[in-house]
Amino acid sequence: MTQFEHDPGEGGQLYGLMAEFESPTELVTAARTAREQGYSRMDAYSPYPMHELAEALGLRRTRLPLLVLAGGILGCATGLFLQWYSASIDYPLNVGGRPLGSWPMFIPITFELTVLFASLFAVFGMLGLNGLPQPYHPVFNAPRFALASRDRFFLCIEARDPNFDRDRTTRFLANLGARVVSEVED
Amino acid sequence: MIDPAVSAGLRDAIARARRPALIAGLAGMIACAAGYFLAPAAFFPSYLFACMFCLGLALGCQAVLMLNHVTGGAWGIPIRRSLEAGTRTLPVVAALFLPLLPGLRSLYEWARPEDVAHDAILRHKQLYLNTGFFLARTVICFAAWMAFAFFLNRWSREQDERPTRGLSRRLQLLSSAGLVVYGLTITFFSIDWVMSLEPHWYSTMYGVLFIAGQALSGFAFVIALTVVLARYPPLSGFINRKHFHDLGKLMLAFVMFWAYVSFSQYLIIWAGNLPEEIPWYLRRLQGGWGWFGMALILFHFVLPFLLLLPATANRNPRILSSVALLVVFMRFVDVFWLVRPAATPGHFTLRWMDVAAPVGILGIWLFVFLGQLLRRPILPVNDPEFAAALEHGADGAH
Repeated sequence: MTQFEHDPGEGGQLYGLMAEFESPTELVTAARTAREQGYSRMDAYSPYPMHELAEALGLRRTRLPLLVLAGGILGCATGLFLQWYSASIDYPLNVGGRPLGSWPMFIPITFELTVLFASLFAVFGMLGLNGLPQPYHPVFNAPRFALASRDRFFLCIEARDPNFDRDRTTRFLANLGARVVSEVED
Repeated sequence: MIDPAVSAGLRDAIARARRPALIAGLAGMIACAAGYFLAPAAFFPSYLFACMFCLGLALGCQAVLMLNHVTGGAWGIPIRRSLEAGTRTLPVVAALFLPLLPGLRSLYEWARPEDVAHDAILRHKQLYLNTGFFLARTVICFAAWMAFAFFLNRWSREQDERPTRGLSRRLQLLSSAGLVVYGLTITFFSIDWVMSLEPHWYSTMYGVLFIAGQALSGFAFVIALTVVLARYPPLSGFINRKHFHDLGKLMLAFVMFWAYVSFSQYLIIWAGNLPEEIPWYLRRLQGGWGWFGMALILFHFVLPFLLLLPATANRNPRILSSVALLVVFMRFVDVFWLVRPAATPGHFTLRWMDVAAPVGILGIWLFVFLGQLLRRPILPVNDPEFAAALEHGADGAH
């Protein structure tokens, strides 16, 4: 039997509806059905990573690799330009009769800066794309949400979804076999 | 349950591939025999470079096999038997080196006493670079490699016959010792047979250059082979995109390692610009040889690097095998570029022995290799990591 929990602090903005499931297969089926019904703004929470879930939710592949590539190319260009500019324009110095723009000597630094920029873009790009660190997130207002890191599986349909309707969506989640459906305050 | 034995379809396919290999090998060898008697000065350098490339395939297989035994990892399971077949070709590779023995005088300045007498540096190096000691080192190297190959294969067969817990540990310990011995022996061997072609020149990076190159040769060859084997049972029921992804990533690492050591040697010698070091590169960059250097940068590093970078390419067996074949070919070009300019420094000429020797040697080698591949089951089902390797692919939906 589904249990319904209403937001105790009425008057607060509704963030979404949180459905609690007992098994991973139920969660995947629920996410897939919700997507088929046209819901798009939702997220799922499980104690361990599940490949099928990302697919069921229709999550886009992350754009992080592109950012890292951009960082690498930028670092490569910066390294080459920095050395070429300082060695042949800003402070030309004859070292053992070698040409001013001696590219073989530029390679190690260029390589280092490529790696450095790519890894910095990876770290900060990751933080930028996933929005961490985030001291507050409404889903933690849901009662029993702590179980998401233990043995329960949650699906949250957000209120900003164009198909969202408080009553219809609640019934929809209950019909999917949710153990508990609760309203989440923003 | 997977039946690890060579399936009938695979047996036919390998048998079909062995015939042309043997025919090409014999034809090449007949041409080599003609060259041996008619034009020995042209024969020996070409035959040497073909032998060195062939040795790289066999020893590369052995090095990667031992690396997998030491580190563990599911990536080694689908290629284990191909690597082992490669190590079992070592006696044939040793036999292929024999025709070079009468050519030492022709190949090496230090083996000609009349030249050594006029050269203070060579007189100084004679304590090390003399025919007797040279042959002794060669015999020791081959004996060591074959001894390790013998036990690696023997214990692996015991594991096939009945699973014993201690065997994996024994293989791991053997391989740890084997990798150390390989690092030392290949350094001596490459200095002896290749670096001493130009006995005034020296580079401390040389052994590492060969380690990187040989491991890459053997590994890329086995990857290309695995893509073919994967069309037939039992590998077709085992291998998937995730296994290929692992192999592709590791090949990318080897490609980068090769580029790293090759460039390090170049940078140090270029920056030093010393008269006893720089001629080695000048002989390899002038008179047409420079195109080979350029090709090595572009097709041995830049192109494989860019192709192996995206995960999608690694997971696509067609792309992966194309890159692996490109890498094997560029390994061949690299060995050619290291060995052959010593015979015609500063001007590139293609001699007919440059074609006949590799066709003969590689034909024979491939014939022997494929024969060895048929002799054992294709998958090491009793390896403790086999279950993990099988499962590794199970969630391979993405």
